[in-house]
Amino acid sequence: MSSQPVSVKGSGGAGGAPLRMLWPFALALAVAAFMHFVVGPNFNGTVVQVLLFAGINITLAVSLTMVNGFTGQFSIGHAGFMAVGGYVAGGLVYYLSARFFDSPQIAFHGGILSAGADYRPDPDHPLPLLSRGDLIMIGSCLAGGLVAAGAGYVVGLPTLRLRGDYLAIVTLGFGEIVRVIFQGTGPQVLFTKAQEMRDTPLHQLAWKLGGAQGFNFIPIYATLFWVFLLASITVAAALRLKYSSPGRAMISIREDEVAAQAMGVNVTRYKVRAFVLASFFAGLAGALAALSIGQMNASAYGFIKSFDFIIMIVLGGMGSISGAVLAATVLTILPEALRQFDSYRMIAYALLLIIIMILRPQGLFGIREVWELGPVRRLLARAGRGGSAA
Amino acid sequence: MSSFLQTLIDGVTVGGLYALIALGYTMVYGILKFINFAHSDIFTLGAWMTLTIAGWLGVQAGGGATGPAAWYVGVGVLVLTMVFVGVVGFVIERLAYRPLRQAPKLNVLITAIGVSLFLQNFGQLKFIFGTDPAPTPLLLPGVTLFSVGGVSIQLVDVAVIGTSLVLMLGMEVLIFRTRMGSAMRAVSFSTRNASLMGINVDKVISFTFVIGAMLAAAAGFLYTLKYPGQLKQTADGMWVMLGLKAFVAAVVGGIGNVRGAVLGGLLIGLIEYLSVAYLKSEYRDAYVFAILILVLLFRPEGILGRATVEKV
Repeated sequence: MSSQPVSVKGSGGAGGAPLRMLWPFALALAVAAFMHFVVGPNFNGTVVQVLLFAGINITLAVSLTMVNGFTGQFSIGHAGFMAVGGYVAGGLVYYLSARFFDSPQIAFHGGILSAGADYRPDPDHPLPLLSRGDLIMIGSCLAGGLVAAGAGYVVGLPTLRLRGDYLAIVTLGFGEIVRVIFQGTGPQVLFTKAQEMRDTPLHQLAWKLGGAQGFNFIPIYATLFWVFLLASITVAAALRLKYSSPGRAMISIREDEVAAQAMGVNVTRYKVRAFVLASFFAGLAGALAALSIGQMNASAYGFIKSFDFIIMIVLGGMGSISGAVLAATVLTILPEALRQFDSYRMIAYALLLIIIMILRPQGLFGIREVWELGPVRRLLARAGRGGSAA
Repeated sequence: MSSFLQTLIDGVTVGGLYALIALGYTMVYGILKFINFAHSDIFTLGAWMTLTIAGWLGVQAGGGATGPAAWYVGVGVLVLTMVFVGVVGFVIERLAYRPLRQAPKLNVLITAIGVSLFLQNFGQLKFIFGTDPAPTPLLLPGVTLFSVGGVSIQLVDVAVIGTSLVLMLGMEVLIFRTRMGSAMRAVSFSTRNASLMGINVDKVISFTFVIGAMLAAAAGFLYTLKYPGQLKQTADGMWVMLGLKAFVAAVVGGIGNVRGAVLGGLLIGLIEYLSVAYLKSEYRDAYVFAILILVLLFRPEGILGRATVEKV
């Protein structure tokens, strides 16, 4: 394992053929467009809502895989980074659209990519592909992701020297502090108070995030397009990372930290990198979560929420990206599907969790991806031979 | 000055509760090296069982026409609650944790989360405790014992501090003066070596879980004394937060260290109440976690803990 400084950019390898660098993005765009234009219009609002949550949870589970799965560092503060992203993006979109569209009513100002599933095209007033509102939204989401990444750096640098459970406890404490801080922010300036909105300088608005009452009336921009664009990019980034030199350095830390260090891997640096990268994607996912339900409430982002994502990646198999995707999808849909059983569904969920942990401790796929499993590989090989013979 | 003394008394009382819960966290961590996230739900169960058992014994909520219960009824409720919750602790360890003795730590942790979710949601079922808050029984009269410097010492505070003190001294004796205690210390030092020395490790672990659950049940009982009024439903976030602070207390004192848990509990209780009294009270949880992070950064093994050196 070389200790050469290799840049980790999430989007994959540096240099080389530009086409090879770009194909994951093209694929992500295709997936997002397919979800938005083909899947979205064919299902009702409830299904679309569940799909949105599934996409957001996929992003969070896969980003957590980079920390817990690759480097083996146990973080239970992921929901904290999600909350940071959500509050930054939600606050920016809300207050910026109040400023820019200069009307007390923060109406929907998005283009066709941000039009919800119930949008029916109107030939007289066609929506543009992207509008001013979308640009504000994209900028705000990126800001949310970057602030979350910054928070990840600030938390990660001192704490990633701790080991095992102690790191888990610190990240837990961080998540709870984030929650308490957002609960202590000032009251939200409602858009019915246009005068107050105009008179308060932006830096003061930044602290008016609703406090314990939560931050409401965030314009709903997140659609299947944006959510699955982010989810696909996160998956592509995680896959490229896993099979890259820095990714292997990270996995070596997970396997044996002392041995990795002896081989020249700068352990702390790779841990911090994984942590910052994961925080960035978690922040973006939190931003889209806020923009999909239209409100933020810090009390929903405690460590219980972080556990949701840990459960997903452990069930999928630690370090398995396809496992995380599958588990995130199933665990988002399952509680919804069990909703008719009402008070028994959480009991069943809890029992299922315990039983799976006892019967299949390595999770669904272990560290491997679904296409690396024995039966699937044989199947693929047979298909490949059959194809070449024909 | 009198308000300062009052804050101190409240801090010590709550600190005693935290210490009792923290003992359970720290003993399980010391022996199995895993954070038992279901422990706060055991505490919740203790509070709700206090109420249920008091109801069986005919103690009415809020005292009613009969007034507060006799003192021996209170003791009876405490003992029965501890026994019942101890049995629950035994069953949980036997069914959920023992099959995972050889599994990775993360799996045990997830199982603990599963157990926690199970207890929370099972308690919410209509025929168990239900989803509505329930009024606490009046087990002690609201008597002021004496006044010092403008501070009135309540019977409740004395009862809570006294009971936790007795239980903590009992733990001290149990762990450092009995055969079972030395077996527990041996297992926490090295499970493998302890079993080679003829110690029945499974039995010791079961015993630890039962003792931890009983202490948490006692804390639940004392909680209903200290905060009479409405008991929130078992899945309420407030319970988790109380348990979490007790866990913080265990870590601050030095996780795995029994005396550290007591010290940490008192410290966290005092810090929480002093900061609420003299700083912004909205951030009360943040102060506790800030202390946690500071302690972990500068003394990761906790105040009384011993640093472990990783050998290759």
